[in-house]
Amino acid sequence: MKPSTRRRLFQGVLYAVFVIVILVVVFLADWDAIRTNFFNLEVAAATFPEIVVIAAKNTVIYTVIAFIGGLILGLILALMKLSPVLPYRWLATGYIELFRGLPALLVIFGFAYAIPIAFQWRPPGGSVGAGLIGLIVVSAAYIAETIRAGIEAVPKGQVEAARSLGINPTWTMVSVVLPQAFRIITPPLTNELVILIKDTSLLFIAGLALGERELTTFARDSLTSLANATPLVVASLLYLVITLPLTQLVAKLERHNKRGR
Amino acid sequence: MTSVSKGSSAVSTTEPAIEVRALCKSFGSNDVLKGIDFHVDQGEVVCVIGPSGSGKSTLLRCVNRLEEPTTGSVMVEGVDITDPETDLDKMRTRIGMVFQQFNLFPHLTVLGNLTLAQQRAKKRGKAEAMEVARRNLAKVGLAEKENAFPSQLSGGQQQRVAIARALSMDPDMMLFDEPTSALDPELVGDVLEVMKQLAREGMTMMVVTHEMGFAREVGDRVVFMDGGVVVEQGKPEDVLGNPQHERTRSFLSKVL
Repeated sequence: MKPSTRRRLFQGVLYAVFVIVILVVVFLADWDAIRTNFFNLEVAAATFPEIVVIAAKNTVIYTVIAFIGGLILGLILALMKLSPVLPYRWLATGYIELFRGLPALLVIFGFAYAIPIAFQWRPPGGSVGAGLIGLIVVSAAYIAETIRAGIEAVPKGQVEAARSLGINPTWTMVSVVLPQAFRIITPPLTNELVILIKDTSLLFIAGLALGERELTTFARDSLTSLANATPLVVASLLYLVITLPLTQLVAKLERHNKRGR
Repeated sequence: MTSVSKGSSAVSTTEPAIEVRALCKSFGSNDVLKGIDFHVDQGEVVCVIGPSGSGKSTLLRCVNRLEEPTTGSVMVEGVDITDPETDLDKMRTRIGMVFQQFNLFPHLTVLGNLTLAQQRAKKRGKAEAMEVARRNLAKVGLAEKENAFPSQLSGGQQQRVAIARALSMDPDMMLFDEPTSALDPELVGDVLEVMKQLAREGMTMMVVTHEMGFAREVGDRVVFMDGGVVVEQGKPEDVLGNPQHERTRSFLSKVL
């Protein structure tokens, strides 16, 4: 058999398998059950408008708070890790290794339940606040490593140029190194943001009041009360509505940044 | 009051701009500079030549302490640069530096590159910084490029912007570290022209270079370095035209 014939035959087999699988799914699937349980428009309508004006809104708010908190704490940790002062480096390294090695769920448990019980102290913002502190503490560990990598990726000549002009180390970091570092790490930082959007679902274990519920908690409650899976599908679509434009935005930012570099 | 200030200004004009004594610099076990004595007088243009690895760039980088000298002293206008008590940032505003790789700030426009240090290190207001920047940009022939980003400029244009950036600090002297080595041959001329004009205006200059034509035409003195020591120095026509040392002759025969 000639190689070109063999290649065509192999492709034909691939297409045939594809068509057969599709046909089997189409004929064997219980379309009625799928439609009434997952794509039930009446149930979907019942989740509105709360699933948007409460749940989706809260997801966005929690993500923004956790991301800004994670950025600030992560930046401090990254600068500590690059500090000439040895104990600072130890502290930052220990923190980063610890919280990258722990499940976020466990950390949120700690801030929501363990600390309040042990010290009779409730974090600001009640259960949500406690859960958010847990998210910030964990995401800061990842963000710190991303920022440190970005700072180290800025060419040494940039620092030398700034210092030779008499700019002090602090201003060199603020005006020359960090702006370039953040351009470099825009893609991985957006990954952190997308992961955070999804991780806000972990807040449910902190115990959210009705008005505090985010998308996943809300969808789960609706799933129970309406005995139908459609709320999960609606919540999924809303997650995508938030995350997809974000990844598009990053692609655009990257193209824009290329011009400035 | 008046007499004191008059006295101090008179002293500063007689001091050498740069005076290096018994300078040694090692990177680990690698001795790059082995006891350098070197000076640049005010208004003098000194070209430092030599094979790569001879330590000429390291010597230049020790002058503004981008490299920490291992032993020896570096005095700039009578101030000991190696003294921990010296306000290094303030001294560096008086020492302009131009790099082989330009090192423009890629996230800032040309104007941003020229005003940043003026505002951060010299504490000039924005209006004054812009005015100084525009004046120096015109001087290097790039007035129309003030809103461009470095990536939109040719190598030669970038290096001229880098020179204008250093000049915007109103430095007393300029250090050039192989300023044309990273340029395409056809772009070298514009940069050298700007440097020649600076020399004509009486700027104190220390130039590490491979441009023998520039050294001959513009240099008041040429210093030949090899193996971490100053082998010979003197007037360009003497060092380049009638070298006394075998190492100088052998180097020049390769580059001329």
